[in-house]
Amino acid sequence: MRALELSGITKRYPKVVANGGISLAVEQGEIHALIGENGAGKSTLVSILYGFVQPDEGTIVVGGERRSFKDPTDAIAAGLGMVFQNFNLFPELTVAENVVFGAEPGRLGLVDRRAAAAEVGDLAERYGLQVPVGERVEHLPVGVLQRVEILKSLYRDARILILDEPTGVLTPQESEGLFEVMRSLRAAGKSIIFITHKLDEVMAVADRVTVLRDGRVTASLVTAETSPREISRHMTGRDVELSQRLARSAPGAPVLEVEGVTVEVDGRTAVDDVSLSVRAGEIVGIAGVAGNGQDALAAAIGGHHPLRSGRIRIAGTDVDGADNRRRRDLGFTHIPEDRHVTGSAPLGDAVLNLAVGYHRRSPLRERGLLQPKRMVEHAERLIRRFGVRIAGPAVAVGTLSGGNLQKIVVARELGHDAPLLVAEQPTRGVDIGAIESIHGELDEYRARGGAVLLVSSELSEVLNLSDRIAVMFEGRVMAVIPSAEATVPLLGLMMAGVPYETALAEEAASAAEGGTAR
Amino acid sequence: MLEILIAPETFAALVRSLVPLLLLGLGGLICHRVGVFNVSLEGIMLAGAFGGLAGSVLTGSAIAGVAIAIVSGVIVASPLSFGGIVRGADPIVIGISVNLLVVGLTSFLLFAIFGVRGSLQQPGTDGLDAIRLPLLGDVPWLGSMLSSLTVLGYVAILATVAMQLYLSRTRSGLRLRGVGMKPGAAATLGISPARYQTAAVLVSGVLGGLAGAQLSLGNVVLFTENMSAGRGWIVVVAVLLANGRVLPLVGVLALFAYVDAVGIRLQSFGLPVQFADAAPYLVTLIALVAIAALRRRRGGVALVTA
Repeated sequence: MRALELSGITKRYPKVVANGGISLAVEQGEIHALIGENGAGKSTLVSILYGFVQPDEGTIVVGGERRSFKDPTDAIAAGLGMVFQNFNLFPELTVAENVVFGAEPGRLGLVDRRAAAAEVGDLAERYGLQVPVGERVEHLPVGVLQRVEILKSLYRDARILILDEPTGVLTPQESEGLFEVMRSLRAAGKSIIFITHKLDEVMAVADRVTVLRDGRVTASLVTAETSPREISRHMTGRDVELSQRLARSAPGAPVLEVEGVTVEVDGRTAVDDVSLSVRAGEIVGIAGVAGNGQDALAAAIGGHHPLRSGRIRIAGTDVDGADNRRRRDLGFTHIPEDRHVTGSAPLGDAVLNLAVGYHRRSPLRERGLLQPKRMVEHAERLIRRFGVRIAGPAVAVGTLSGGNLQKIVVARELGHDAPLLVAEQPTRGVDIGAIESIHGELDEYRARGGAVLLVSSELSEVLNLSDRIAVMFEGRVMAVIPSAEATVPLLGLMMAGVPYETALAEEAASAAEGGTAR
Repeated sequence: MLEILIAPETFAALVRSLVPLLLLGLGGLICHRVGVFNVSLEGIMLAGAFGGLAGSVLTGSAIAGVAIAIVSGVIVASPLSFGGIVRGADPIVIGISVNLLVVGLTSFLLFAIFGVRGSLQQPGTDGLDAIRLPLLGDVPWLGSMLSSLTVLGYVAILATVAMQLYLSRTRSGLRLRGVGMKPGAAATLGISPARYQTAAVLVSGVLGGLAGAQLSLGNVVLFTENMSAGRGWIVVVAVLLANGRVLPLVGVLALFAYVDAVGIRLQSFGLPVQFADAAPYLVTLIALVAIAALRRRRGGVALVTA
């Protein structure tokens, strides 16, 4: 039976067609993956399904009945449940309160808290979703929060669950657990729309997959009859070859040395006695679920956050107390996590954004005055060299796509040919083309003798680019291992806080069983 | 002189000082919990004070005065309620404008209606009398505290208990808290944040109006220009300090009221009026800095970001 059928869904915005005639059919008891690059139209489609946005054309049929959604309430009433990428939970309420919120059991306007806890407990048990019913949500790990979100939908009798990029915040083992839950929901007759940009996840859990590109459906395939290569071709419109890494020479002297660094953020120990070093001609990747201290470590290296103890040396100089400018003079460059907030001035043009950091010296400054003509030339040179797609240097960078804006940031930082780069989430939210190009740039920079500290929550990125990998968990570095010895399950266990030796033994044991290594 | 610190009369004065603060504080608290920063409390209270006395003078009935005080409070709260939430204007700009407007408007109306400047006090005006309880009134300390409660004093006590129960036990209270924590999440579950926020601000208008009426009809029977004298601001700070919790709010306000009461009583020992007037604000300031420092040391969030 058809659980959901979309036909000809179209949504136009002034400059783009976000969804151009999308048709999609989801059967009852099916896991249906929706895959596409950033900007392919996934989020618009989801917003339409959940009543946040109204389509210009097209019909939505749920369980054989034609529907239109004015707001989320209509979508909930029709049996749709949405698990957002950013959890929509109330931090100071308990798990049970979060689940029943808006549809609380009780009489005379009072909330029957005991009934709420019991109902949520039953529901959790029925679908194998372990949650601490009576605990406040604020300090629970993300894997649990996700289960709470799923329970919220189930409590409202959702028959179709929409999971928006649900694995982005999970360790590989947690993702595996989520897939188990998805399979048990499928067994119970629920339909699941699983939105992702990761091919291996589609292959692992989905029955069928619909591929979106530029707002259109380019393919609808049965997973068992297709291959990652075919799906990726439909996503990008061409064959993607993961580029070979350039030959590697022996790494040189340490450029970044971090020794016993502890950082406190809001009174909490965010970085806990971390030591690591990055040598010239080497990429050291930091793997870890977001929020385990990676950002605080990068901020400490950049001089944006004081150390409580420990020391940091850049190119051999102790930078204790030095501000960001002094560190940059020593050869520090930085691709920050958020290109819109800290990585660029979105309202400024490319000339301005590319000149920053070069503006204190010749040739962009002469006798205390900026040289506008040279700034334009400088921008044009970097735009050419890094292949930024932009109409001209006078275009405000905030209007660029994520990938092109990120290329501007990368161009500015790598244009220095400085010895050290701290790259935080360098490809987050950019399309495959830009990912390839940025990875290529980082690899070339390394081959030229640059030292890179790469912080990324994409495990594949860390594995592909790094020479050595450090795993961070709750502010501590669990281990630093050569990437040749790293496997996804091993990193995943350490990302969940399992010590290196134990993780190694566990991984060996499960590999012997012919188990989870995938 | 030290016995003043524990004299029954001091506690009676504390209660008189606390009642209006508490009513206004509950109004500020419900706004805080629903996620609206209400800085128009000062104006709401001043309007209530004027409306209360003017109403009583014009109608000859204190109860009618209280009703007019409520209406005045709600009217003054409505710019924040509709302009700030429904129309999306900056709540701080609205709040401060309203406060300035009310200072001028009450002075103007004082002259336009009653032909007086500065203050209005007419002999024979119907005020809210303290209710003297038959038996409890004779218990030492407690008796003198209870005996200084007007009908609005009892309203304040009931409102405090009701607020706590409303927030913790009722469906609507749970939803209101949810809206304050994460309006977006509430919206995805079909709860309209704007509706809860608008309603909460109007409730603060009612409570603030009552607070004003207690000032001008309960504690004394007169109105003077700028009678609220910064109490609204004290309440704004107290609500932030208490982080929107009922009991801590009562504690912070009681501290202010206690110092206020002691200061007034010390005036009879030759303490300069200016010092007595300033003392409660000074103590509040010290408490503010101390609590903020304590929170920082404990690793909590700094007050400014609250």
